[in-house]
Amino acid sequence: MSVSAEGLNSRREDEARRGVWRRPPLIANPRLRWALVAGVLVYLLLALASVEVNWERVAEGAGRALNFIAAFMQPDFLSRKGDILNGLLESLTMTLTSTVIGILLAIPVGLGAARNVAPLPVYIFCRAIIAISRTFQEIIIAILFVVMFGFGPFAGMITLAFATIGFMAKLLAEDIEDLDWKQVEAIRATGAGWWQTMNQAVQPQVMPRLIGLSMYRLDINFRESSVIGIVGAGGIGATLNTSLSRYEYSTSAAILLIIIAIVLLSEYASSHVRRWTQ
Amino acid sequence: MPVSTTSDGTPIWQRRTSRVQWLIFLAWLVGISLLLLCWKVISDNTMWVFVEDAGRQGSDLISRMTPPRWEYASQLWQPMWDTINIATLGTALGIALAFPVAFLAARNTTPHPLVRSLALTIIVSSRSINSIIWAMLLVTILGPGVLAGIIAIGLRSIGFVGKLLYEAIEEIHPTPVEAVSATGASRLQVMNYGVLPQVMPAFAGISVYRWDINIRESTVLGLVGAGGIGLQLNASINLLAWNQVSVIFLMIFATVLVSEWVSARVRQAII
Amino acid sequence: MLTLSGVGKRYPTGDQALADIELSLPKGQVLALIGPSGAGKSTLIRCVNRLVEPTQGSIRLDDQELTRLSGGALRRARRSMGMIFQEYALVDRLSVMENVLSGRLGYVGFWRSFWRRYPQRDVAEAFRLLERVGLPHAIDKRADALSGGQRQRVGIARALLQSPKLLLVDEPTASLDPKTSRQIMRLIRELCAERELAAIINIHDVALARQFADRIVGLRAGRIVFDGMPQELDNEILTRIYGEEDWDSAADQAEPEGGEVVAAESVKHKREESTRLAELKPAISGGGV
Repeated sequence: MSVSAEGLNSRREDEARRGVWRRPPLIANPRLRWALVAGVLVYLLLALASVEVNWERVAEGAGRALNFIAAFMQPDFLSRKGDILNGLLESLTMTLTSTVIGILLAIPVGLGAARNVAPLPVYIFCRAIIAISRTFQEIIIAILFVVMFGFGPFAGMITLAFATIGFMAKLLAEDIEDLDWKQVEAIRATGAGWWQTMNQAVQPQVMPRLIGLSMYRLDINFRESSVIGIVGAGGIGATLNTSLSRYEYSTSAAILLIIIAIVLLSEYASSHVRRWTQ
Repeated sequence: MPVSTTSDGTPIWQRRTSRVQWLIFLAWLVGISLLLLCWKVISDNTMWVFVEDAGRQGSDLISRMTPPRWEYASQLWQPMWDTINIATLGTALGIALAFPVAFLAARNTTPHPLVRSLALTIIVSSRSINSIIWAMLLVTILGPGVLAGIIAIGLRSIGFVGKLLYEAIEEIHPTPVEAVSATGASRLQVMNYGVLPQVMPAFAGISVYRWDINIRESTVLGLVGAGGIGLQLNASINLLAWNQVSVIFLMIFATVLVSEWVSARVRQAII
Repeated sequence: MLTLSGVGKRYPTGDQALADIELSLPKGQVLALIGPSGAGKSTLIRCVNRLVEPTQGSIRLDDQELTRLSGGALRRARRSMGMIFQEYALVDRLSVMENVLSGRLGYVGFWRSFWRRYPQRDVAEAFRLLERVGLPHAIDKRADALSGGQRQRVGIARALLQSPKLLLVDEPTASLDPKTSRQIMRLIRELCAERELAAIINIHDVALARQFADRIVGLRAGRIVFDGMPQELDNEILTRIYGEEDWDSAADQAEPEGGEVVAAESVKHKREESTRLAELKPAISGGGV
């Protein structure tokens, strides 16, 4: 401990003896502390100043907000029943197929992106795939795939599968990187080949978490499938978008309630599955 | 019985009993048929001519995107600043709202089970609805602009931050809390002295993590009119100006990488 | 000063943790509560300050009935009962001074405690107590930077800053080595004498209980089976409290073996001659010192 720090300590002790005590500040250096506070304040001022609010428009919208809340009290499931059911069916099918395809593809990518089992060129290639897939929002990817594959759930499925690859492969690679290496060595010591090692030593260690993550991703994919319809990639998002632009708030409310209910259900189911696989 | 004997008396080992074996087989059968059924629904709704055309469309797209129109970047600083503001202010709004909700939702700090279920409902609703849907709703209510984006990001963040935070609160050590209540502290004082110091690192980590996600999310809010770089993206796509789209993509890519780096560094510093 | 009559506790699971506890504690007396794990020792002292709700009987501190208090009255009653915990129960991420000052929470208002603006008198008293327990140089250290014995000293200072009439001490030495255990017990003993405090000390270590307590109460399966002077505690009584065991091979073993941790449940079934008293210590569940 430096001399000045010791001096500070004995000063604080003397003060405490007289009954004067303040909590030591989080950042010891006063200049840095004030610079940080000032920086945050300046940023907040600049940021808030750049938010333009058209109060007339907000006042006008307040009525619509009330309409919307009223619509939530009386959601209308029936008048667009066909559209809702179609959209829902598309969303659910997209969710399931894309999750399965995404996970199947994420496993090799994840193996390739784990530094301890993959050679360097493979590692770099797989990490690049992960970085691209994770950086762009599903919607941006959906725009590109809609241009390539045309409107409809096929583009949506590819989009979600692509996003799933990035998500799952990254977490899988992290898991493989910190798995218990002793078990791998033990299997290798028996003379097992690469595939046998993966099957006997790596797979049992990462499997429970992989299943848990798959359930989680299923949940995310459903939520995302409800928005990529906005750019034409199928699913309930398109139905929702239409109902909002037609000001059919009670239908929109119904759709949102259905989405919430399905997410709740899937969360409940996935917590069960996770407990079961642990 | 994994180990059984055959008719001639030699013991054989099987990994699973035959009943379990059958159940697993059945589960696979159901799963795969379900998958095929889903595939059929999708393929029925797909125009296969377009899909067959995808390779040509893709290469066409790439050729139009390159070379990027670099001078367009100068028009993107303002939207990018808006995007970052939407993410940051939205995160701030979200964590300010999520903080009390998490305390009401955690089993060990909630004042009443009814309040707890209400708080959990708020968290689930916020989590289930994507920020872009929130933005769509808010744009119809507030009109297009950055404000709708900020509130949309804030509303979506409540669920995320609230869920992770209430789980952290439920995992704290109970003894310091017991010790603080044994001094005769009031409920709020117990929160302040016993609970808060224990969850503070988790809370800071979660907030920074959500900020990082929000940067990504706020890049697309403009597609529905809620401000930020998404507006330019939408405009460029409508004009079929793909060489501008590629500039926007590169810009988003760089920003997200930087924000991910910042968030990882801050989280490292906290732990 | 403290009187328990007919106190019982039944958990919602149906376990009867305590039954018919009759106990009265005069001012200044240090009482050691011994008994096997699961006998209800912790439940008993937690019933006194109502961290656990007793389901039967009455508990009076001076002339106040504690079992019927609620809200603010309960908090004011808790102020006069300092509690010291097994795993120290300090808030790790707060500084030593903040931990000690939290003993005043029952006296100061919320905003004052939130901004850490304690009255000058309280801060001076907190510092005096830290000097008394030998930690004046640690005021700005974080609690998790201290050793086990130091943390327990901070815990003691926190309890004393409440200006209590009564100390409730739950296994103060279970996570400490033998030397530190004695120092801590001696400190508690001295402080009780200085301030004329009564104390109930839950303790597994019979040798320490004999050495430092004025009175020993033995608990078995939620009932008091012995109440007397430390000298009266003989092999027959130990058997009554803990179950059958060859106590003599342990009797001359005044110094318990620190660090040796055996699940106390197994002791009931064990009949090996070599079992020592020290092994009656409870298994420390994940206690990092």
